[in-house]
Amino acid sequence: MADSLTVELVAADRVVWSGAATMVIARTVEGDIGVLRGHAPVLSVLTEAVVEITSEDGSVVFAVADGGFLSVAGDRVSILSEHAELSAEVDVDAARAALEEARSGSLPTGDETQRRIRMAEARLRVVERDTSR
Amino acid sequence: MAVSLREYRARIKSTESMKKITRAMELIAASRIIKAQQRAQAAAPYARELTRAVSAVATYSNVDHPLTKEETDPKRAAVLVVTSDRGLAGAYSASVLKEAERLAERLRSEGKEIDLYVTGRKAEAYYRFRGRPVVQAWTGFSDQPSYEVAAEIGRTLIASFVKEQGEEGDVDEVHVVYTRFRSMLTQEPTAVRLLPLEVVEAEEGGSSEAPQKTELLPLYEFEPSPERVLDALLPQYVQSRIFFALLQAAASELAARQKAMKSATDNADELIKKYTRVANQARQAGITQEISEIVGGVNALADAQAEA
Repeated sequence: MADSLTVELVAADRVVWSGAATMVIARTVEGDIGVLRGHAPVLSVLTEAVVEITSEDGSVVFAVADGGFLSVAGDRVSILSEHAELSAEVDVDAARAALEEARSGSLPTGDETQRRIRMAEARLRVVERDTSR
Repeated sequence: MAVSLREYRARIKSTESMKKITRAMELIAASRIIKAQQRAQAAAPYARELTRAVSAVATYSNVDHPLTKEETDPKRAAVLVVTSDRGLAGAYSASVLKEAERLAERLRSEGKEIDLYVTGRKAEAYYRFRGRPVVQAWTGFSDQPSYEVAAEIGRTLIASFVKEQGEEGDVDEVHVVYTRFRSMLTQEPTAVRLLPLEVVEAEEGGSSEAPQKTELLPLYEFEPSPERVLDALLPQYVQSRIFFALLQAAASELAARQKAMKSATDNADELIKKYTRVANQARQAGITQEISEIVGGVNALADAQAEA
């Protein structure tokens, strides 16, 4: 597969998505990163956000990652994230409830709460973005 | 005679019902092993990629991180002992605990004190019975551990590891004792040192998850910086190693249970056979005795009539 990327999106306990793709967009702690074929090897830290994979047949796979890493090397892209989810697997109600709870201020303020807000927002956004859903 | 015959029958019956139970447990364990193995396999890609990433960072940057730093004078060591929640798995828990004792012995001889962290009720009970303090115990998941539990254990251990020497609850080394699943027939208790991390080491977790040695790692760029990447990477690496240990232990536990229950079922078969024989013998003896009593009675009657 010389003209496409081999992408693996893996969570801690399973492979969420893997296959050939033409483009991967993810959000690192420094901002969005788009990976096309021939990208320089990079290893970066992701933040809680949407991951977009344009697969070889043109369809777009939306997923959400809760931090983790993106590593690109020799047209192989691996996205590691403890709890990665495809948009179809997102529980919208649970995400909304989590967002409410985190924003209501009942949780101790701190990084963890911020992280939860970002994660819940990312979950909701991925569902909005994924028009096929 | 009739009494013991009834006793034997009762014994046969109870052995039969025990056999049914052990057979059921054997089958359940057998079907769960497959699931446990699948879970272990499903977790392998994550561990593999993580290992690659860690070795990439380690190769291209000067690794200097709290988690890889060797204490010059280690005083305390944490030992995480992974056992099962339930028994009836042969020597499974006992052999892990024995391995843990061996490790503890060695660490003590090196002048280190031991902080115990355990998973599984068996280890908890073992140490409570011996009156040895356990810093923290996690129970209730031994045959299907979730990543959340592994992550929590990892966080706890890392938190005590990064504390400065002299601080409350500080440890300078972290060891894990778990049972490695080699095959359905062999599971071996293993002790590995988890922290400080030796990043360049050959991956302990089996050849399947180690990147090929011949493979040249590409020259990565690190975003935002090698330090930050390492900061995020290493705790995850530790957690994934713990998760791996838990999964292996779960598969081993089930395999051990299957084996134990299989021999229990076989034993029950043996016993039933033996009891049936003895019961038949007793029945025969009873019949023989009755016949000889009747014959004796008849003879006595005949004698009495002949005399009259």
